[in-house]
Amino acid sequence: MNDLVSLVDWSRAQFALTAMVHWLFVPLTIGLSLIVAIMETMWYRTRNEKWLRMTKTWMKLFGINFACGVATGIILEFEFGTNWSNYSWFVGDIFGAPLAIEGIFAFFLESTFIAVMFFGWKKVSRGFHLTATWLTAIGVVLSALWILVANAWMQYPAGMEFDPGEMRNVMVSFTDVALSPVAINKFFHTVASGWVLGGVFVVGVSCYLLLRGRNQEFAKSSIKVGGWVGMFGIILTMWTGDGSAVQVGKVQPMKLAAMEGLYRGECGQGLVGIGVLNPSKKPGDDQKEMLFEIKIPKGLSILARHDANAFVPGIDDLIEGIELTADGDTIHTVSYADRIEAGKRAQEALAAYGKAQKAGDSAGMAEATELLKADYQYFGYGYFDSPEDAVPPVALTFYAFRVMVMAGGYLLLFFVAALFMVYKRPGWLDKKLILWGGLATIAIVWICSEAGWIVAEVGRQPWVVQDLLPCKAAISGVSSGSVMLTFWLFAALFTCLLVAEVSIMVRQIRKESKRDILNDKND
Amino acid sequence: MNELQIYWWAIVSLLGALLVFLLFVQGGQTYIGCVKNEQTRNLIVNSLGRKWELTFTTLVVYGGAFFASFPLFYSTSFGGAYWLWMLILLSFILQAVSYEFRRKPGNIFGERVYDIFLMFNGCVGCVLLGVVVGTLFFGADFSVTRGNLLDGSAPVISQWNGSHGLEAIASWRNLLLGFMVLFLARTLAALYFINSIDDGAEFAARMRKSVIVNGGIFVVLFLAFAAVLLTSSGYGVNESGVIEKMPYKYVSNLTNLWWLGLMLLAGVLCVLWGIVRTALPCKGVWRCGIWWTGIGTVLTVFALLCAAGYNGTAYLPSVSDPSSSLTIANSSSTHFTLKVMAWVSAFVPVVVAYIGYVWYKMNARPLTTEEVENDHSY
Repeated sequence: MNDLVSLVDWSRAQFALTAMVHWLFVPLTIGLSLIVAIMETMWYRTRNEKWLRMTKTWMKLFGINFACGVATGIILEFEFGTNWSNYSWFVGDIFGAPLAIEGIFAFFLESTFIAVMFFGWKKVSRGFHLTATWLTAIGVVLSALWILVANAWMQYPAGMEFDPGEMRNVMVSFTDVALSPVAINKFFHTVASGWVLGGVFVVGVSCYLLLRGRNQEFAKSSIKVGGWVGMFGIILTMWTGDGSAVQVGKVQPMKLAAMEGLYRGECGQGLVGIGVLNPSKKPGDDQKEMLFEIKIPKGLSILARHDANAFVPGIDDLIEGIELTADGDTIHTVSYADRIEAGKRAQEALAAYGKAQKAGDSAGMAEATELLKADYQYFGYGYFDSPEDAVPPVALTFYAFRVMVMAGGYLLLFFVAALFMVYKRPGWLDKKLILWGGLATIAIVWICSEAGWIVAEVGRQPWVVQDLLPCKAAISGVSSGSVMLTFWLFAALFTCLLVAEVSIMVRQIRKESKRDILNDKND
Repeated sequence: MNELQIYWWAIVSLLGALLVFLLFVQGGQTYIGCVKNEQTRNLIVNSLGRKWELTFTTLVVYGGAFFASFPLFYSTSFGGAYWLWMLILLSFILQAVSYEFRRKPGNIFGERVYDIFLMFNGCVGCVLLGVVVGTLFFGADFSVTRGNLLDGSAPVISQWNGSHGLEAIASWRNLLLGFMVLFLARTLAALYFINSIDDGAEFAARMRKSVIVNGGIFVVLFLAFAAVLLTSSGYGVNESGVIEKMPYKYVSNLTNLWWLGLMLLAGVLCVLWGIVRTALPCKGVWRCGIWWTGIGTVLTVFALLCAAGYNGTAYLPSVSDPSSSLTIANSSSTHFTLKVMAWVSAFVPVVVAYIGYVWYKMNARPLTTEEVENDHSY
């Protein structure tokens, strides 16, 4: 049993490592591909050499980053099989389809046309090249679409039913899987966050160029493009983030409670703006939730329910199965203890189905199927011993949520300020402090982006598939030592790749800063 | 087996066949260490660098398509032969960054290290992907017990030999196939260089010699593999629906499904013609070998992979527990999912068409040193 716990932990650590490193590169690919496509369109329309040089310069940085995203992406896909083999069978009938579609529609588009982007300047017409650049950008977004459809399905399983004979879930509606509201919201939220990151990167690097005192026109024109892309992105990210909070409140209320560090909810629940969690607080005890907090009155009810007086359940409320009406009346829902009982009944019914199937007892199979159907929605809870097993890590979710929201708010101001300065107060862009601030924001946007994924993925623990399959039942039959070894192997490799990429990127940016990009005769 | 399962096995086989053809990129990477002239080495890397993503993407799509259509293979082979797949992944990660980073200032490790990464991917990627295909014919030591899902303390459905894929690498039959793939890839690469690089008569003659040497070794290995395969037993579903060991199973598949046998023969002839015609003395060097040997490779591998799964054959036999062996019928997705995916696959010709068009536009003129030095390059 201890080895199982260790195996689950190392498997999670390996997947988290891969996903987080992958996400260092992907949003920049999403953002830069759009920005480069816009710049090339400007060149195509105006035939102004300036835009061509800008396109080629940013394309160089795009190319350096792209390779690392590809390298880490392949591991993620294969890790579903290598480290989560039970998962691959349990939901492979549904989950595999988006991955295959991603490959057929998106990856080939990207990999074919990116070659034209980089090597096709003298081989194809201007129009063809522009089309290739846009198709690469579209391929990047399509790729994000399908992987996010797959991810959203794990958070909100839809369009499927359970097949007891095969012991797996099977797809019954592709549209329910592909067009689930969670998937659509997640797609826009994530892709827009990539545009934000790309925008900050372009503005930040342009600030560095201004600090070096050359390339004024290049940098200011880049800030305009990056600023508008980022501004559009941050508004869309915030809007879809609001939608996401409502959805989480509906389909993953435990995640929402963890995001807020909320144990006992109330009608008109406040939102913790700034707070310090009580680290010794456990579900069900009488300790204070927070050591310190500044609350926005009724904020959480508005955020999660769009209703200032709505009840938002906390962790203890959910475990006990308690909700309140707007009038303060108590409603009893299914407690976690009851869910665990129901889950165990579902698993027993599934075992009975297997025995009846082996014996050729069709009446027994039909009876077991009925019992299974009645409790299947809580199937995964049957793996738990106590309700606390179904509570995610609260502290990490809580603080990551705050980091994401605060950094997101700052980024909105950042883009407003960047656009204001570049259009109305260009003189301010000579001030070193402002330029250093722009450069430093590059780090903030990455922290914000990673924090968002931590909220989404840590907050849904311990589930791989919400309510149906916990991590500990989703693993492969390898030893924890093997996974530990591959974890460190990947950690070392990713560190080397990251250091190399950052070093190449910095060297390239420095090189650009030493020449007059728009008038360099050697270009 | 229903028609959609048959269709999807054909799609997966086709993707596998295309992947083996596209391994010419990996084969080409194994030449990097053999070329001392820096200019020529850069030409080789750059001509491969414009195609590496196609091979990489085909591998990813192959994985995705297998997952969508035969999820039990995904969970059994990937989760079971852990080290085999991890080594393959490792080699492809190194490849993905090496092209872009190798000659970039500030790349920390230096050009030589990235070239070694490319060579590592070239050798290890080819051999180990060959070993994976070997397990489809020669089996592995694993069991599948769906009921394990209900055992909270040991819930894993697919259990593999404790060596987790290392035993597959140690099997001489799998290795025979692995090295066969490696030398096929090297042959294809030499043919590709002849077709796509313009670096003078000496280079072309040298590549022609490589075709002869590597093609020769490949043919010997292929004959050995064919002899082993055709005399080996396979596993298949008998008349009572039970999976059992069957002597000369693959001979019977290739004769019962005669069109597969013919396709295999046609493929082998195309491969040989591409090699022999390039080897024959003529004025200059014949540039079309890559197409003959390439198309032949696709036909041959497609026929072999179809033979591994059709005719009630277990395409991943379990040598320790034959009833756990994977067949097209017992490992596939549901009819509904396969149908959805079949609609998606209708777009594959569009994908193939645009890839072909872009390839045609980008390779209209052979690559020259001048282009590598003056334009964006790896």
